[in-house]
Amino acid sequence: MLLEIKGISVRIKDRKIVDSISFKVDEHDIYMVMGPNGAGKTTLFKAIMGIMPHKGKVFLDGIDIETFKPKELAKKIGVLSQKHQPQFAHSVYDVVSLGRYAYQSGIFRRLSEKDKEKIEEALVLTGIEDIRDQSVLTLSGGELQRTFLAQLFAQDPQILILDEPASHLDLQYQIAVFDLLVKWVREKKRAVIASVHDLNTVYSYGTKALLMNRGKVHSEGAVDEVLKRENLKSVYNVDVAEWMKNLLKHWE
Amino acid sequence: MKTPKTIRKGIGHTKTVLLTAFAILLFFVVFFLSILIGSIGFSLNETIRLTLNYFFGLGDTSDIPDSVITIILSVRLPRVILSALVGASLSLAGAAMQGLLKNPLADGSTLGITSGGALGAVLSIVLGINIPFFPQAGLAVMSILSSFLSLLFILTLTYKIDLNLSNQTIILTGVIFSMLAGSITSLLVALSGSNLRQVVFWSMGSFSGKGWSHVALMLPFFIIGAIPLISLSRELNAFSLGEEQAGFIGVSTKKVKFAILILVSILVGISVAVGGTIGFVGLVIPHITRFITGPDHKKLLPFSVVFGASFLMGTDLLSRTVLSPAEIPIGVVTSLVGGILFIYIFYTGINSRR
Repeated sequence: MLLEIKGISVRIKDRKIVDSISFKVDEHDIYMVMGPNGAGKTTLFKAIMGIMPHKGKVFLDGIDIETFKPKELAKKIGVLSQKHQPQFAHSVYDVVSLGRYAYQSGIFRRLSEKDKEKIEEALVLTGIEDIRDQSVLTLSGGELQRTFLAQLFAQDPQILILDEPASHLDLQYQIAVFDLLVKWVREKKRAVIASVHDLNTVYSYGTKALLMNRGKVHSEGAVDEVLKRENLKSVYNVDVAEWMKNLLKHWE
Repeated sequence: MKTPKTIRKGIGHTKTVLLTAFAILLFFVVFFLSILIGSIGFSLNETIRLTLNYFFGLGDTSDIPDSVITIILSVRLPRVILSALVGASLSLAGAAMQGLLKNPLADGSTLGITSGGALGAVLSIVLGINIPFFPQAGLAVMSILSSFLSLLFILTLTYKIDLNLSNQTIILTGVIFSMLAGSITSLLVALSGSNLRQVVFWSMGSFSGKGWSHVALMLPFFIIGAIPLISLSRELNAFSLGEEQAGFIGVSTKKVKFAILILVSILVGISVAVGGTIGFVGLVIPHITRFITGPDHKKLLPFSVVFGASFLMGTDLLSRTVLSPAEIPIGVVTSLVGGILFIYIFYTGINSRR
């Protein structure tokens, strides 16, 4: 097991946003976290990253991640947040190169050859090498999303935590990004945790899934088990299977 | 794989070199102009020879009349240097706050730090707080301390109201705090029986009558504040993408943020102690500098220092010559320029988000 989440709870005022959530992520997993809006997915991710006061522990390779210094942690776990609202006209390249922050030390830090290589690789992987000089203020939602995804690849962590990575992307890039993740996760000691709304994406790319409802685990485990009709019906209040089948008729 | 195009980040190397040359040239032009122009004018020749002789012991100045030497060396020169240091400090502090808070409108005056600093300084005068053997150090320390406390207070309050630290909330909190601190300051000055000029000094700023002792007081604090702040430019780049994002890429956000707040308070506090509240320098100069260099703090911070110094030397020159022999408080000139720019940034900022 690569990552173990043990009893994470987050309480804001009197409300329990996340209620004792535990799960395990193995090497090569693409672990999908699902749930309706407000189920607590983003809060759970923030708690895992330690930027939200919480109860419970997170272990990476058996080590409590609270014992890591920020730079060490950044080399192991990387996060793609849901929203980006840049205020200043940084170039795409500058934003991506900040992904190398954890690898640099000393006061007059310059990008090493290895840093530059990783940045170049990330730009190509995410298909934004042509807009590297553009200001991030001029980008579309999808380009901005890919810029921060590139920053994440430049950061080169073992575990990617992606909060709705597909939300700003058109269909072509959604597929491209998940195909990319499938390839990426094949390397040793790597895993992906992603929150996703689209159930077809969960079916196509997920190795395990967690269905959250009102801050609690509704069901967890193999994708087929979690995506059972009755599970989805009780969480989303929709007979998803029926609805999907009806939709499919349009394509015949 | 495609061959990567030439990597251009912000401004290129050649442009940086040219800009550096321009910034240094501008600095010295304004520096010498500020020394030689005034109620009594001097020649450029005298000014340059005296300055070189004073700092580096070069050349012979025995042919220059003593009265000229006195005015240049003990009146003009310290005043010009002091205004340069204050301009550099305020501008650097502004640039750093804007990056830290990811807010282009943040500045010592819009956040209310300068007013807080002034309140502390006045309080130290009224209460007679002094540090033995260091004249005026009590005033400086009180000003820095209260700048820091004001900053903490304003940020905590803003966080409580609005977690995103949005423009409107932070500016509103700053303005209200400014008014509050300003009125208490005026009240203290009035109650202590000082004359009106003092009130004007603490609300509008002035370098009138400042000498070498003030430069000596200012310089160590400037060095202690400015050098570490400039060395944090990578962290500021990260913060300018958002505090959370900075944490994700490995910045020790709490530690770094605390350090930046202290360094900013040192720079703003000492500036207030020697020059009074001079508004908007930290807004105007970083904004213009960012327009030229781009938002990368590795370039933005050093250039803000040099441009800020030139700007305030120039503004001080204007403030003492336009209505000569009377002086306009320097804060009037900076606020006039800054206020207009503030409206412009606010307006374009809001419209671009619609």
